[in-house]
Amino acid sequence: MNNAKPLRFRNGFVVPLVELPHLDYAEFSESLLAEVAADARIASYFGRPLADGLEIYAILAHDWNGELSLLRTQVNGSFPSLTPLCPQLHLFERELAEQYGVRPDKHPWLKPVRFHKTWIDAADIWGRPHGKHPVPGDMEFYRVDGEEVHEVAVGPVHAGVIEPGHFRFQCHGEEVMHLEISLGYQHRGIEQMLIGGPHPSTIYLLETSAGDTTVGHATAYSQLLESLAGCESPLRAQAIRALALELERLANHVGDIGALAGDVGFLPTASFCGRLRGDYLNLTAELCGSRFGRGLVRPGGVGFDLDGTLPQTFVERLKILKRETRGAIDLCFDAPSVLARFEGTGLVRTDDAEALGMVGVAARGCGLVRDARLHHPFGIWEGGFDTPIIELDGDVFARGNVRRREINASLELINQLLRGLPQGPISQPLGPLAADSLALSLCEGWRGEVVHAAITDAVGRIDRYKIVDPSFHNWSGLSMAMRGQQISDFPLCNKSFNLSYCGFDL
Amino acid sequence: MLTIIRERLRQGHRTGKYPKVEPIMPERFRGLPQLAQNLTPQSCADAVASCPFTALSSNGGKLQLDLGRCLFCADCPAAADHAALAFSNDYRLATSRREDMFLDDNVYHVAGMLNKSMRKLFGRSLKLRQVSAGGCNACEADLNVLSTLVFDLARFGIQFVASPRHADGIMVTGPVTENMKSALLDTYAAIPEPKLVIASGACAIAGGPYCNSPEAHQGIGDLLPVDLYIPGCPPHPYTALDGLLRMLGRIE
Ligand code: SF4
Repeated sequence: MNNAKPLRFRNGFVVPLVELPHLDYAEFSESLLAEVAADARIASYFGRPLADGLEIYAILAHDWNGELSLLRTQVNGSFPSLTPLCPQLHLFERELAEQYGVRPDKHPWLKPVRFHKTWIDAADIWGRPHGKHPVPGDMEFYRVDGEEVHEVAVGPVHAGVIEPGHFRFQCHGEEVMHLEISLGYQHRGIEQMLIGGPHPSTIYLLETSAGDTTVGHATAYSQLLESLAGCESPLRAQAIRALALELERLANHVGDIGALAGDVGFLPTASFCGRLRGDYLNLTAELCGSRFGRGLVRPGGVGFDLDGTLPQTFVERLKILKRETRGAIDLCFDAPSVLARFEGTGLVRTDDAEALGMVGVAARGCGLVRDARLHHPFGIWEGGFDTPIIELDGDVFARGNVRRREINASLELINQLLRGLPQGPISQPLGPLAADSLALSLCEGWRGEVVHAAITDAVGRIDRYKIVDPSFHNWSGLSMAMRGQQISDFPLCNKSFNLSYCGFDL
Repeated sequence: MLTIIRERLRQGHRTGKYPKVEPIMPERFRGLPQLAQNLTPQSCADAVASCPFTALSSNGGKLQLDLGRCLFCADCPAAADHAALAFSNDYRLATSRREDMFLDDNVYHVAGMLNKSMRKLFGRSLKLRQVSAGGCNACEADLNVLSTLVFDLARFGIQFVASPRHADGIMVTGPVTENMKSALLDTYAAIPEPKLVIASGACAIAGGPYCNSPEAHQGIGDLLPVDLYIPGCPPHPYTALDGLLRMLGRIE
């Protein structure tokens, strides 16, 4: 079927909606499944309510061609679920059901995702009372029964200073047979608040969609708006964004390795890394006043220049930090007692990772080459990144080692950026946004790819904004990693993914 | 073992001398704002209208800034376009009362200490249960930093604990999403009396960037009796530490 071949684009594309074919659902499914069977994976999948039904948009990533493709269809009421044939859609379809009251028929795991009321005036498909806010965690959990089988329920409030979520373990003795994760406690309704924008508050909502990925989300958003306005931010701004993105990666990766070491009781690395993480955050604060990069990335460019003595300060501080970071981290990766706990724990098979559509550090730890900096470069990244870090084993060690090696790579990238910082302005004004169009932007945040998509209305306001944080794909990976593990290894496995609750819950 | 010791020597002693020695804040850090004093009624009105989070208001023609709502935005239009305010480097922002967060004549009342009996109970040992109720995880991240060796919260006798039953107080971050409300209240109820409540970050104080969200409450003010407010989005670790120590009467 020729007409069902999806349109192909590159990262940062804008396409007028009229140019997008309307496929009927059968054609849409066939085409989507064929693409996924060939080489594609789902980058984003979302609905837009129309007067006479629900439009569904699928955005597929063809990593090795550096391309993205787009399919759209329309459904009404219920439609055959694609999840049985394409498991990476499972959460996306549940999301549609929860947001718009549609029913993906024969979805094998049709449960709420974030526990909110339907976004449009439609009946709740789980029959929860109309007009009342659903109760979080109120769903049927997968349950194993039998002698010596027991259930462990944890959360929403956990032991540490961390975000809320609910975990249900089905255990046989110490061994976990299944872990089900129910989130939504951090749901703030961000996507809904973006409708009708961009508002003056919009950038703040995006910067806080996952606070530890402020630069990642703000960059994805800014690129998207620039595409819609038909302009490009100045090269110097792109370089500063890229640098801040790598600093964000450094801070988080270093912190994560410290946390992993802490979880196996290897305190030297845990405490050194805790301090070092802060030092990377402080560098970001030198640049923009905020340790989390708030206010740095703005549509059209960046809010702060890396000028005066700053580049020199960066070079000097990073030189010291590099030595100290290496020393702190190598210590734990050289310790047999640590390796004994990391290796073989929390295994995710490559096939499962692929089926679940995992991205980022967790995917690269399973041997999947998925890095938007390589496959879907944008602006200054074009040709600037050629060595994604891959580990094959899929265990805690692999995820830790991806981070360790990425730390070295990021330090090198930052050095390159500092050496070749382009001259010129740091921002340019944005014109009006293209009307009746769809735009897409990808950015490799420290956890993995951040995907933003927007559809504008007839006057160029945002009609639908869809955010996919890497955590959305990866939480199911954590469930897989726990199968057959000791329940006492959960904290370690969890840290090795370190996923975002708020980025998932939005 | 030898490598560990060698590395330990190289990493050096990193715990700050705070509060004996003042911390050096980054030059671009945005702390306590200074309000322009003689604005025309027009520029005052313009400034008020420009804030997306309604942190500014006009108090009888005089500009008033609610630090509980303020996100210390880098591109604050009131600062950039209307010259109505400018950020200083002062990180000491925590207050004991909500009304102390309204700044108009540039006199800011930072937190005072608890009364004598509470200080006797908690002054040298304070265990806190942290609850994240919405928000973006940046507040949590910078509270976690307090337990690293740079700040070493434990040297002040302050610690985050796992169980509310072991806690002397609750430290809340996030605007309180509808989905977290009951878990938050349950956790609070599980803490034995007498107990302290700390609102950390713009979200917990007044809803922060989500102040207009139908899925979130506007902070914990209507739900719990707050003893300490720590402004910022997120608060700088020194802002939080300063607030805690002031509350306990460890610095004045
Ligand atoms: S910094 Fe932000 S929140 Fe504060 S007054 Fe300015 S615009 Fe409003």
